[in-house]
Amino acid sequence: MSRSSSRRRSADDRVFRLGTGFFALLVVLIVAGIAWVLWRQSRLSIAKFGFSFWKGTTWDPVAGDFGALPFIWGTLYSSALALLISTPIALGIAIFLSELSPRPLRTPLAFLTELLAAVPSIVYGLWGVFVLVPIVRKLHVLMPDGLRKTPLFSGPPLGVGMAAAALVLAVMVIPFTSSVAREVLKAVPNTQREAAYALGATRWEAIQAAMRYGRTGILGAIILGLGRAIGETMAVTMVIGNNPQVAWSLFKPQYTMAAVLANEFTEASTDLYLSALVEIGLVLFAITLVINTLSRLLIWSVTHEGKAKKRAPAAVPAKAAA
Amino acid sequence: MSRSSRRKAFSRFVEVLCAGAVLLALVPLFFVFFYVVQQGFSSLNWDFFTKMPKPVGELGGGMANAIVGSLIIIGLAAAFAIPVGLVAGVYVSEYPKAGLATAVRFTADVLNGVPSIVIGIFAYGLAVLPVKHFSALAGGLALGFMMIPIITRSTEELLNLVPGSLREGALALGATRARAAFSVMLPAALPGIMTGILVALARIAGETAPLLFTSFSNRFFTTRLDQPMASLTYQIWTYAMSPYDDWHRQAWAGALVLVTMVFIFSVLARVVTRRLERMHRT
Repeated sequence: MSRSSSRRRSADDRVFRLGTGFFALLVVLIVAGIAWVLWRQSRLSIAKFGFSFWKGTTWDPVAGDFGALPFIWGTLYSSALALLISTPIALGIAIFLSELSPRPLRTPLAFLTELLAAVPSIVYGLWGVFVLVPIVRKLHVLMPDGLRKTPLFSGPPLGVGMAAAALVLAVMVIPFTSSVAREVLKAVPNTQREAAYALGATRWEAIQAAMRYGRTGILGAIILGLGRAIGETMAVTMVIGNNPQVAWSLFKPQYTMAAVLANEFTEASTDLYLSALVEIGLVLFAITLVINTLSRLLIWSVTHEGKAKKRAPAAVPAKAAA
Repeated sequence: MSRSSRRKAFSRFVEVLCAGAVLLALVPLFFVFFYVVQQGFSSLNWDFFTKMPKPVGELGGGMANAIVGSLIIIGLAAAFAIPVGLVAGVYVSEYPKAGLATAVRFTADVLNGVPSIVIGIFAYGLAVLPVKHFSALAGGLALGFMMIPIITRSTEELLNLVPGSLREGALALGATRARAAFSVMLPAALPGIMTGILVALARIAGETAPLLFTSFSNRFFTTRLDQPMASLTYQIWTYAMSPYDDWHRQAWAGALVLVTMVFIFSVLARVVTRRLERMHRT
């Protein structure tokens, strides 16, 4: 009897493993499914345009001529500008919260900065349209004429454009970078700082020693922010001006990959049009896939170095949303 | 000035800069909240919750259909994502060394980083294209895809915090693996898992991009899941981009309702976490 019951138990366990494994497999299948659906739906456009899709600058749905360069440009340029603004601020926050802040201030300040991640994109967009854009417009008008003729600041005083988009993006990216950078700094062994102090370092020099130790993880935090910026849709769509052009100017309206999807996907009247849009989505997916994998590896290399330290870094972005 | 006091002064300077960075980040936070509350409150009234949208040009009306629509779509997402995410998390924590577990951990992190608009395209290809019309179901599916990785990862993490001796005890008493996992381990980790679910809800409640071409929008009140359905976020978008003052007013009111909704989820998650920490300390 005991043999048959133990056999039944091992059969039960196999059912358990297969049953739960099925759901686990679903998670993998979702990501595989995304890649497959995007590829399948964009075949038409890939076959017709090939690589020239990414070099062309005309986007003419009526004539059926699709070139995606302005969107790629807009996405990369706006993300780069946003990172330029957000990185020093986010690192400053991470340093302050993990190294400098008085203990009682730490939790409330961390909560407040992470609150930035909880505000929905559409609310940032709304705020951008009605508050930030008029401010940008005013600043642009106030600029001296000589400055406004330079390529970086030229353009009509609309308010909407690259500058507004980069500012909104920077605000949205800060909490992600800062919370991961904080985790990284937390994972740096205290001996690093103590050794620096023992050598007569000032506080900042000790912090530098800690940052140097965790530099790959901090780079990972910055790249994670880049991934967020590239995929951000609503807020950018609302303030960037939605005009496909490749320009250096901060005040010209431009366009991003995510924004063109948001605006035109439901209006795609022909199969080729839809396929071209899905191809943009496919590339967006591929870029964020590479960026996120890279950032995870970098963060993981630091936070797991001390061998199985209690905290896994994976849930950090989720934590930022809390 | 001596070299060492110069270094000390520089260190001081950088410390002040770091504190300044925190303040600088709080400026936009304060500004966004200030405007949402100020503009939202002055536009919010009872009609907003009970009335339907009025045609262009007529003042007044509300977003009753969009509020209900949002709740339905979020409910659909939760109904689909919670079981999948939870059970997948159980698998990963029960068989941590299996190849599939590694794959799930990796793909969950990937999925977490996929732009929400791309998730929208996926749900479109899956649930809209085959039937040729938008539906609330497709919207729920898209939001569900975004919840799953958060739930899976947090479930795994929390289950790993439960002492393994509990599982061994259950197995020693003759419980099956399933029994040990679902009746012993899962309840022990439940408060933490609840936090994960609430975090996931807070994240999707404010999403717009995945709904643009899945649940789309609807001018009318509907509870039919196979029909396009209005949502709060979509409505805010259309109203914000319109040229009408009255619609802008309503967009702000919608933003206030939305932010309140997201914060209820966030604060709940925090309260649960806090209680959990206290429990573990004693």
